[in-house]
Amino acid sequence: MNNNQLIKTSLYDLHIEHNARMVSFAGYELPIQYKGIVAEHNHTREQVSLFDVSHMGQLIIKGKDFASTAKALEKIIPANIIDLQQGEMRYSVLLNENGGVIDDLIITRPTDKQATDGTIFIVVNGATKANDFKFMQANLTKEIKISFEEGKSLLALQGPKAASVLSRFSDIVEKLSFMQSDATSIKGIGCNISRSGYTGEDGFEISLNNKDAPKLASILLDEPEVEFAGLGARDSLRLEAGLCLYGHDMNEEIDPISASIIFAIGKHRRLEGGFIGDKKIQQIITNGAKQKRMGIIFDGRMPVREGAKLVDEQGNKIGYITSGTFSPILQKPIAMGYLPTEQAKIGTKTTAIVRNKQVNGEIVKMPFVANNYYRGN
Amino acid sequence: MKYTSEHEYVKTEGDIGTIGISDYAQNQLGDIVFVELPEVGKSFNKGDEIAVIESVKAASELYAPISGTITQINEELDIEPALVNSSPQDKGWIFKIKLSNASELDELMDEEAYASHIG
Repeated sequence: MNNNQLIKTSLYDLHIEHNARMVSFAGYELPIQYKGIVAEHNHTREQVSLFDVSHMGQLIIKGKDFASTAKALEKIIPANIIDLQQGEMRYSVLLNENGGVIDDLIITRPTDKQATDGTIFIVVNGATKANDFKFMQANLTKEIKISFEEGKSLLALQGPKAASVLSRFSDIVEKLSFMQSDATSIKGIGCNISRSGYTGEDGFEISLNNKDAPKLASILLDEPEVEFAGLGARDSLRLEAGLCLYGHDMNEEIDPISASIIFAIGKHRRLEGGFIGDKKIQQIITNGAKQKRMGIIFDGRMPVREGAKLVDEQGNKIGYITSGTFSPILQKPIAMGYLPTEQAKIGTKTTAIVRNKQVNGEIVKMPFVANNYYRGN
Repeated sequence: MKYTSEHEYVKTEGDIGTIGISDYAQNQLGDIVFVELPEVGKSFNKGDEIAVIESVKAASELYAPISGTITQINEELDIEPALVNSSPQDKGWIFKIKLSNASELDELMDEEAYASHIG
């Protein structure tokens, strides 16, 4: 794609001003780093970082009341949506008929302050949003209207100091626990705030009008604890947090049970079905998945990255790595990959091949770095 | 000091060349977390893959800028690969090579040509 065709987010000028190195990602021109990935990564773990994630798809689903919108969505999303309370959020997926993951997403039932009854918010990945939209439109009943939020930006404020920074501007912060959302106003700028993110840290995602986004970003960056962080740090942070990246750690060929994200499927919905791919999912739950996504820590310092083979003692391929990096916190190579279920056990040794050399590792429990979500008072 | 278009430098003393990457290159790569060093005693032809530099984001191959035999590697990089970032042309050197064909040096860029190469 030619750079001229890339979409610039509302914070583009601010990124340039902060010496961002811009890259093409999901059809957008986005910052991969400012001062450096490791510095931004560590800053997020210790203080608080601001990420521009405006490339992500912010969808509005609208029916006549909450129950009818939730019911319609439950046909295409295997989460328990009907029981969501106002302001509650849930992680889930879109599945194809084979139970393969079309995308992962976050559903929010807005509060009365955020939207009228019958509205549900969904945030999907940037690279998949057009496809998701088509899929949802094709599979939702006509009474349900679906659209992208027009002219909205999405900022993520992530890190252990995120709450103390944001509470200087809004009293809503202390009322929100992890995976809760509400509307607020920051220095006169209206926005939706969710206590969520993809770094493993406490933090918030802020949805607001494009025209206000540079102002709010500057207000936050003016706080002494806050620095910009780019896509590079976002990737190494989510990896340490053991979180899947769509298109890498899962795709349409991989079901949520194999991807170790069965929590994306509501408990009673696993039994009752009633969503696209239900038969296949029930089959996999009954018979067990053939492979599993696991976390691996490797010896030495050499990163083991996406595409590396995992082999048995005879050198036969038994699995593969789907993402990997050098963990700035652990100072060790960490990776996620798929292994046959019988070998996907914590504590089991495994071997990867990188540039024709064997690298030894051990399967470990994820997250690699303990998460720091705020689960309530 | 001579440079290749792939941003390696060669600093020669007698028939020994010290090789590393330029400041421009380390800046482009970002945080370097691992350097896969060649074996001492191994011979390479110009253009052979000789080392790998890994940043947080990606692995980049380093190609032999000149032909010769490895005489020394910078073992400090096993412990502190970030020396390539902080001191690319001094403490962050990568390996030393005994030149087998010194005339190859003539094909490399001098400081001025390299400066205009990176613009």
